[in-house]
Amino acid sequence: MNPGLEHYLVVSALLFCLGLVGVVLRRNLLVIYMSLELMLNAANLALVAASRFVGNLDGQVMVFFVVTVAAAEVAVGLALIVALYRRRQTAHVEDLTTLRL
Amino acid sequence: MQAALFYIFAALALVCGFLVVANPFSRNPVTSAMCLVLTLVWLAGLFVLLEAFFLGAVQILIYAGAVMVLFLFVIMLLDLRAEERRRLKRLGLVGGGLVAAALAVLLRGVIHEAAPAAAAPPAVEGTTEALGRLLFTRYLLPFEAVSVLLLVAMVGVVLLSKKELK
Repeated sequence: MNPGLEHYLVVSALLFCLGLVGVVLRRNLLVIYMSLELMLNAANLALVAASRFVGNLDGQVMVFFVVTVAAAEVAVGLALIVALYRRRQTAHVEDLTTLRL
Repeated sequence: MQAALFYIFAALALVCGFLVVANPFSRNPVTSAMCLVLTLVWLAGLFVLLEAFFLGAVQILIYAGAVMVLFLFVIMLLDLRAEERRRLKRLGLVGGGLVAAALAVLLRGVIHEAAPAAAAPPAVEGTTEALGRLLFTRYLLPFEAVSVLLLVAMVGVVLLSKKELK
């Protein structure tokens, strides 16, 4: 039996949950960022699967845009992390408490 | 054949995704990054199974290639070895587990509710030609907007990486 839409959606949901766990649990800014990428990719998988099983290409064009925006986001985010590290010598979220009251 | 490949790719992607988030052997960000590269490669395999050939190639070229090289570059630039030793807090562990479990239950409900059609429609192949045609006709405006976005990101990165951030 060939895998259907729900198979792909389950994989996508599990990957998304893994990414969420990473964002909530890990304390290293870079690993948090990688978990974000994982969540983006889970959403991409859901979009591609939907596009395949609905039978048009719109979902795949959407994924193309997501990949482009993610590339831009990674570039800006990593530049921010480097700037932050230069100033505070840390990439650890628990050391960044300037805004805490 | 296709079903077997699906299960292999999906299982490998999930295992590698787990290793990105919680590697029992190493807390080093480099290991996480390498596992993320593997996850992306398996996801590209899934894309090919879904007949999105162009996106499978783009996934490997842009994500596993460019984006992850950027990640590794920054990890090695920052030299994060000192931070491996910190412990996870128990409250965070419990809270994070609860949040993820709640989301999983929610998503399970959604997937159940959206009962898909029994038979898949004939495949629409996501070839470069088909996607390009769509991209330059119906999605021309978003395409241009994304190009402007990339330019903005480039300028922003150059500004952020200047020596003296004002």
